[in-house]
Amino acid sequence: MEGNGVRRGRLKEFWRRLKKNKSAVIGMVLLGIIIVCALLAPILIPEEQVYAQDAMTRLLPPSAKNWFGTDVYGRDVFARVMYGARISLFIGFAAAFLSLITGGTLGAITAYYGGRIDDIIMRIMDMIMSIPSTLLALCIVAALGGSAVNLFIAMALSSMPQFCRLARSAMLSVVDQEFVEAARAYGSGNIRIIFQEVLPNALGPIIVQTTQSIAGKILTAASLSFIGMGVQAPQPEWGTMLSEARPYMRECPYLVLIPGIFIIVTALSFNLFGDGLRDALDPHMKN
Amino acid sequence: MLRYILKRLIEIIPVMLGIAFIIYAIMSFTPGDPARLILGANATNEAVENLREEMGLNDPFLVQFFHYIWRIVSKGDFGNSYKSGQPVFQEIFKRFPVSLNLAICGMIGSCIFGIPLGILSAVKQNTTTDNIISVIAMAVVAMPSFWVAMVLVLVLSLRLRLLPSSGATSLKHYIMPMITIALANGCSVLRITRSSMLDVIRMDYLKTAKAKGVPNRVVVWKHAFGNALLPVITTVGTIFGSLLGGAIICETVFTMPGIGALIVSSIKSKDIPMVLASLIFLSAVYSLVMLAVDLLYAFVDPRIKAKYSGK
Repeated sequence: MEGNGVRRGRLKEFWRRLKKNKSAVIGMVLLGIIIVCALLAPILIPEEQVYAQDAMTRLLPPSAKNWFGTDVYGRDVFARVMYGARISLFIGFAAAFLSLITGGTLGAITAYYGGRIDDIIMRIMDMIMSIPSTLLALCIVAALGGSAVNLFIAMALSSMPQFCRLARSAMLSVVDQEFVEAARAYGSGNIRIIFQEVLPNALGPIIVQTTQSIAGKILTAASLSFIGMGVQAPQPEWGTMLSEARPYMRECPYLVLIPGIFIIVTALSFNLFGDGLRDALDPHMKN
Repeated sequence: MLRYILKRLIEIIPVMLGIAFIIYAIMSFTPGDPARLILGANATNEAVENLREEMGLNDPFLVQFFHYIWRIVSKGDFGNSYKSGQPVFQEIFKRFPVSLNLAICGMIGSCIFGIPLGILSAVKQNTTTDNIISVIAMAVVAMPSFWVAMVLVLVLSLRLRLLPSSGATSLKHYIMPMITIALANGCSVLRITRSSMLDVIRMDYLKTAKAKGVPNRVVVWKHAFGNALLPVITTVGTIFGSLLGGAIICETVFTMPGIGALIVSSIKSKDIPMVLASLIFLSAVYSLVMLAVDLLYAFVDPRIKAKYSGK
């Protein structure tokens, strides 16, 4: 009961600091808008508008009917961009979450057990890290096939080592502390100690890293889709849309500018929010 | 010092093996039959089956991998490209100069963009200038580099007709890729320069230098930046190493015949020996660059040099 109260107090203090941070607030507002767009898209816009092709309405400039104009197949760019937010957010969150789970668990194991296990896992992680992560993701997508799900799995696996390293170093600073010793003396099992004692106390930097990595994941996903190794063509992924727009960008620059701006705003909002989160969680790190 | 270099070089070998194993494993999962790929769609099933047997594709995965490594160790043979039939390194070495030029341009561009702005924002910490620079950096980091490349092509080649939009035959071809890479990687140079400078600026010897009446410019560039250089070198070195093979996006958008573009097209066409050899080559180059960066420390920082010779 008392522990709960302390935790709530800490949360309140954290929230107060977060609200005072200008960049965090801007990030949260922008992020909120994009999430609302992504959630409302299927309610406000019928899905056929995203896919239905119409030769009569090819490459129309933005107008009252088509806010962002139409693409080369006569599809409404506004509808596609809104649905695109769903894909990008899904990939970003899912990839970050999966690399957090896999990397975090491995990091926890290495930090907690140390010794041989630590050596072996970290050597493997070092090996994976010495392959450029975009190229590794490319190989994995090639093996699994291009789709949103495979894309996030590929990106999560290729960025797992960074998470493993971070989780390991965050937990190493906790593992030796007295309350872990106490839990062990008390007779708690290893798994229980890792998840109940060590993990919650090492969570700060891990959460910050996860949030900040989402922006990078969204950018990488768009890049991979752009070169044709990610989400495939009829899907309204932002990178895929840009790749389709490429031959027509001279006549219709809006086809290039609009999805690009959405990618930038989304990535920017995650970065702003992540930085704010870092400052609120750890005021000392701010310089 | 020599022993240290040798040790580092030997350490590269197991890493190469590990990478080869990981990529080999992943690529063996890719759908598509290499034998069918080589013979074409019109070949008979029998011919395909014969070639599969000849190439050892019917062997268990570990046996295949062992054969692959054994051929490399005993004969230095990385295999032939499935697509062209030529030894893989012929193509890789042909393309390496483009990637090298691109990486050098990109590194210089990142430094030009990152270092002065980083120093400026550290010197003017918490002023409007600092804030404006950090806002710019934030926005630039959020831009996907393929989009930056497209906008550059749109404005500079299609509208203003100033620069060629594809190819790698003249210096002009490298200007837009350089800007693209500089924007994508310059921000990390900027950040590390700023934070490293902030650490140094609070040091007593800078106060001493200022008190002695050393001009501000000399204090900033020589005394402060000189001492803040180490982390910047690491970052720039890492960027250079990863650019050597990682400028995939730039090479694709500007259709430059570099190694990044080679890897992408090889992955797409399931040219496994080419993918493996390029990735092993890139990782080796990357490891060598990182070793060079570590050695560079000794020249920049006398304290580290003393440590090497002490051993």
